[in-house]
Amino acid sequence: MLVVACVKQVPDTTQVKVDPVTGTLIREGVPFIMNPYDTHALEESLRLKDKYGFRVAVISMGPPTAEVTLRKTQALGADEAILLSDRAFGGADTLATSMVLAEAVRKLAEKEELAIIMCGRQTIDGDTAQVGPGIASRLGCSQLTLVDRIEEVDVKNKQVKVRRKLEGRHEIVVAPLPAMIAVLREINNPRYPTVPMRLMAEDADIALWDNKEMNIDEQTIGLKGSATQVRKIFSPERTKGQILGDETDKPEDVARSLIDKMKEKDLLSL
Amino acid sequence: MTEEPKKIKRPRGTARLIPGKCIACGARCESECPKDAITMNEKGEPIIDLELCTRCRRCIKVCPVDAIEIFYTPEEQKILDELAAQKAAAKPEPEPEVKEKDTRLEKIKEYKGVWVFIEHTEGKPAEVSWELLGVGADLAKTRGVELCSVCIGDKVEHLCKEAFAYGAGKVYLVDDPVFHYYRTESYYKAFCYLVEKYKPEIVLIGATGLGRDLAGAIATKLKTGLTADCTGLAIDDEGFLLQTRPAFGGNIMATILTEFTRPQMSTVRPHVMALPEKDTTRTGEIVREAVPVREEDIAAKVLEIIEDKKMDSVDVAAADILVSGGRGMCNTENYSILQELADELGGVVSCSRAAVEAGWMPLERQVGQTGKTVRPKIYIACGISGAIQHLVGMQDSDVIIAINRDKQAPIFEVATFGIVGDLFQVIPAITNYVRELKAKKAGAAA
Repeated sequence: MLVVACVKQVPDTTQVKVDPVTGTLIREGVPFIMNPYDTHALEESLRLKDKYGFRVAVISMGPPTAEVTLRKTQALGADEAILLSDRAFGGADTLATSMVLAEAVRKLAEKEELAIIMCGRQTIDGDTAQVGPGIASRLGCSQLTLVDRIEEVDVKNKQVKVRRKLEGRHEIVVAPLPAMIAVLREINNPRYPTVPMRLMAEDADIALWDNKEMNIDEQTIGLKGSATQVRKIFSPERTKGQILGDETDKPEDVARSLIDKMKEKDLLSL
Repeated sequence: MTEEPKKIKRPRGTARLIPGKCIACGARCESECPKDAITMNEKGEPIIDLELCTRCRRCIKVCPVDAIEIFYTPEEQKILDELAAQKAAAKPEPEPEVKEKDTRLEKIKEYKGVWVFIEHTEGKPAEVSWELLGVGADLAKTRGVELCSVCIGDKVEHLCKEAFAYGAGKVYLVDDPVFHYYRTESYYKAFCYLVEKYKPEIVLIGATGLGRDLAGAIATKLKTGLTADCTGLAIDDEGFLLQTRPAFGGNIMATILTEFTRPQMSTVRPHVMALPEKDTTRTGEIVREAVPVREEDIAAKVLEIIEDKKMDSVDVAAADILVSGGRGMCNTENYSILQELADELGGVVSCSRAAVEAGWMPLERQVGQTGKTVRPKIYIACGISGAIQHLVGMQDSDVIIAINRDKQAPIFEVATFGIVGDLFQVIPAITNYVRELKAKKAGAAA
């Protein structure tokens, strides 16, 4: 059976800085990485491979340069990696993204029985957590988000039992295969690639599927298939406050001036 | 012999990228270009092939940050100015503005009303639902439409009364044992059924684990736009919902709208919107709906619920005063000085991600993008540099006090009061002074 892991190559947003003068993003030198949440989705897929002998295919929608990330998944043990790349896919919101990913899964499932679609909880650049549910909804398969443990895949009865983490509680759910599982980072610790695997991955084939290959209605993908439009982008407004003291001041004096200011403004009743 | 005015060829200019403005939004310009004249470089910025470019300006229109422009050389600009002068001198021709009638816009006019989903755990409501009724009321008022709630569950009629108290005028109630536990399939089917029947223009859902699970499924089924984690919601002049949210890990803000499909859907994190006044005298209409969702059609089963052991019963999101520590605290033991100050002020200790990753504090206490969003009356940030991921989780606090050795730390940019100094000296000094004042007050009272 087949597990399809969905990964995205993202800019490391923790390293993005904003130019304090112009308010624009400084992207110079910001590395592209595999979305950290997706590394856990891939790891969980590989564990299912180890445990049940499933085959792992990795798909990623992105520019041609995302091949680097797919190569890494092969070094970790993925059996197949497919880059979904076409200018018609560009500018996609979550609705249009889920269309391309769902169609890729559908295509893979024509040749091989699909068990699980594995996604990370969300990406660090978009932070929406909407693409996983979007894929599930489009394929009409079970939707299991916030999963922090896969208890069992019952191949015979075609169902999966998982633990989901909710506010203040966990729940154990059983759902039929195929299922879309979106995992939390707590679920596992991703493995590292071995040197021979890394060398092997350098020559591995990364398949490229463009829209000639996939043949999806152009009105449903990319910018055209996106239901949301970005009207504008701006830097968050910040109003600089008042510095009450620096290291040359005595801590007692600074403490006094702070608390007195707070009392003046009725923020503390002391 | 009269001289014919020389026909001047209108310069076409050059489409070009304005340096430093591109944010690598995801190749919108490349996707929009009808001539495939744009390719993306490794950084995700456009390279425009001027041989192919027809100066149609579609890339300029689609760019969310105005990073592409048509550039004219000074010579070209001179010709343009001349042409403009000629045109002004000539009889102004009325330009007929042919606006294509968009059938998509006709269709969406049927959709009316603002809906808020009431999230609950087996009948216990999530407060974010009531917060959304607050902002929902403003949107409904601007649009001149009804504010409604959707309540799906098993024996949940009591939630309707609360929804009225927080401002809903109507509640669509779906009450059936099949909805006892939240399951994506049963809930989204019920919700989509209601949307298709009553056609709301706006749907607001809490950006909780459950809310995001549900919203993603509904929006995809309805093929409509969904914007996650909105921090601002407003209506523009044309009646569209403007959804503002942090993008690129919170480094910038984006205003997003759903133009051609309805409903316009947004999720909002807890504590981002203020809780509206509760008025238990308010009433409203309950619309009971039986939806065609049967237990035998829902394949997923909840087998077991495991309540988490209350390791830490403190809810940092509910506290009025937070004393928060970051990397600058150096170890777990040092948090005791924060606890002392919090005790004196009647507050709670929270922390940044750095403190959780170092193992000094539990995840439940973390404030920020990957932790909780808070908006206390007073937030005291101690040894927190103020990475954007932290700021987005606490910048709506009424008063922010920052104590940090590094005067360049970004936390000072959001602070109401900043103290540059050693927190190990400053914080005990504050605690002592608070104690002193309290003792004085007690003495005066006695």
